[in-house]
Amino acid sequence: MSGPGDHQVADSIEPADVQTLTMARALNAGLRRAMESDPTVLVMGEDVGALGGVFRVTDGLAKDFGDERVIDTPLAESGIVGAAIGLAMRGYRPVCEIQFDGFIYPAFDQLVSQLAKMHYRTAGAVRVPVVVRVPYGGGIGAVEHHSESPEAYFAHTAGLRVVTCATPQDAHWMIQQAIASDDPVMFFEPKRRYWDKGSVDLRAASAPLDRARVVRSGERLTIAAYGPMVRTALDAATVAEHEGISIEVVDLRSLSPLDVPTLVASVERTRRLVVVHEAQTFLGMGAEIAARITEACFYQLEAPVLRVGGFHTPYPASRVEEDYLPDVDRVLEAADRVLAY
Amino acid sequence: MSDLASPRGPAGPRSVPPGGEAIDFVQLLTPDGARKRPAEYPLDVDADTLRGFYRDLVLLRRFDTEATALQRHGELGLWAPLLGQEAAQIGAGRALAPQDFAFPTFREHGLTWCRGVDPAQVLALFRGASLGGWDPAVHNLHLYSIVIGTQVLHAAGYAMGIQRDGHVGTGDPARDTAVLACFGDGATSQGDVNEAFVFASVFNLPVVFFCQNNQFAISEPNQRQSRIPLYRRASGFGFPGVRVDGNDVLAVYAVTRDALDRARRGEGPTFIEAYTYRMGAHTTSDDPSRYRPTGELEHWQQLDPIDRLVEYLLLTQTGDERYFAEIAAEADALGVRVREACRSIPNPLPESMFDHVHVEPHAQVDADRAWFRAYQSSFETAGGAA
Repeated sequence: MSGPGDHQVADSIEPADVQTLTMARALNAGLRRAMESDPTVLVMGEDVGALGGVFRVTDGLAKDFGDERVIDTPLAESGIVGAAIGLAMRGYRPVCEIQFDGFIYPAFDQLVSQLAKMHYRTAGAVRVPVVVRVPYGGGIGAVEHHSESPEAYFAHTAGLRVVTCATPQDAHWMIQQAIASDDPVMFFEPKRRYWDKGSVDLRAASAPLDRARVVRSGERLTIAAYGPMVRTALDAATVAEHEGISIEVVDLRSLSPLDVPTLVASVERTRRLVVVHEAQTFLGMGAEIAARITEACFYQLEAPVLRVGGFHTPYPASRVEEDYLPDVDRVLEAADRVLAY
Repeated sequence: MSDLASPRGPAGPRSVPPGGEAIDFVQLLTPDGARKRPAEYPLDVDADTLRGFYRDLVLLRRFDTEATALQRHGELGLWAPLLGQEAAQIGAGRALAPQDFAFPTFREHGLTWCRGVDPAQVLALFRGASLGGWDPAVHNLHLYSIVIGTQVLHAAGYAMGIQRDGHVGTGDPARDTAVLACFGDGATSQGDVNEAFVFASVFNLPVVFFCQNNQFAISEPNQRQSRIPLYRRASGFGFPGVRVDGNDVLAVYAVTRDALDRARRGEGPTFIEAYTYRMGAHTTSDDPSRYRPTGELEHWQQLDPIDRLVEYLLLTQTGDERYFAEIAAEADALGVRVREACRSIPNPLPESMFDHVHVEPHAQVDADRAWFRAYQSSFETAGGAA
């Protein structure tokens, strides 16, 4: 099935090739391929040039593509996004890096009032194919404002696509699909998974950009997760299996649009759903998913949809982040509760 | 005027009688219609060009007056009058080369005029029939921006694109391209505007920052935005700033043309402060009587941008009463056309609200559209059954 962002990104097939890469390297290779195949693709942000980004995701790109295409910008997030909009109006496809999740708020107006609405207010005359890469989430022992999960702000905004990768394979392909999309895309990268290794099939993407994927089949309940929590959900499912509980895990991948049909198909079989994310549960993605699944699967559900996520506090000091972040035990606790109905 | 004024409240400088301080700015035409010839801004304009400026100013003022009246008659939800700022906008708009690209504020009716946007397209936004009104690529003019100063960053980014296209400093007058970024005195306090200055400066971008200092950000006098004359901000960012008499169309034209030329040559950005006055309200929802100092409007009316050009045209025998009558008749005809065009702007179809949210299909928008369609047709069915 074809869908948005499902462009011919697999055109330049190299010899059958599967490599083991970290997520950061998989992203780097994806950016490189996008820049090689389209000269209008630019990378811009703070420290993305000589340094290769604070997480080295843009490592080597400045050397190979030059500083006209890999732009170390002034330290101004609104400026990065605002300038990217202007570049897009002139025919370029800028890929912006926001250095950390908590630094995105100075760009909020440019993202939600400018980037998201440009195509709409010009009645389709102006396309702004800007990708905004955001390393997000906690678990790395960072200082304040370096561990946040702001994705729901953007999923709430019409006009933006919001996606997040959980594996090196998806990181590699989804960044290329996002760049190929003619819509603005918020691309959330789970920073604590940057160094996780996984096999990357350089020949083909796993799925179109706006689709969820069942990443583990199971019978008794479904866990919907995305980004950094996919691995946590899979780990929980492995533990549960030892206890004789079969859990299905869905990687949402796209937060706007949400792939509701894939979730519904899963819950119609398992009849139970737990949604897991790092972001606060209050008005988070889980709230929307719970409402949608309750409406679509009301007569199939054996239990209310439960949520596991961050508490309604600012992200705490990193010495207690282990207690803030959902982990395997918190996920299993919710699984127990949803199965107790 | 003292550049570094001592701290003083917003009422401070306004206690000085209007005109009591000589404002240091580039002027080519005095309020009495006398021609000045500053060496830095040589300008030779032929009779047709001069008359063209006059026609622009008069027709633009008529358009603006009609739009204000249309709001009073309930045909527009809102209007942002430009009364008093005609020379600043026409001078800048006429300085643009065809390939240049401009980013307007929401008061830039002079720029839309110069760029050939149909008045009805401008009114559509204020009538509530559109969020934009025209295709930016057709007119090389971006849409009006409502959030103050945001467009200035877009202008900087667009200029980065021009640079990457290699359309700067080639010496080919049909190829080299500049960007005009418009904003007001209030916008100079916005982070986006200051970030745009930084981008333009460090990347040496082909952009001209055109600030109309109309003395007010709604009710706040520009002393609430800056302790120094606005044009002097530029030096801190590392590019030239110049203040021009914003009610002098010749001076604004000369100064803007010079800055655009400089940008196209690859010599980087310029900040222009067009010193003018908003003679009308901020918008039709505003009440300037609550904040405008007594006598100030009358003072600025003596500095009217059209009056001085009339004097100059008469003085140089470039225009006579017959010519002025011709333009007045054309303005009347424009008024009729604008009123008719405004009333005939169609309301958008409700379902069109779902159009263009994204370029590519989006499941949520599609689902909402489908629901809305079914909901609407349910009334039709019910009505038919009854």
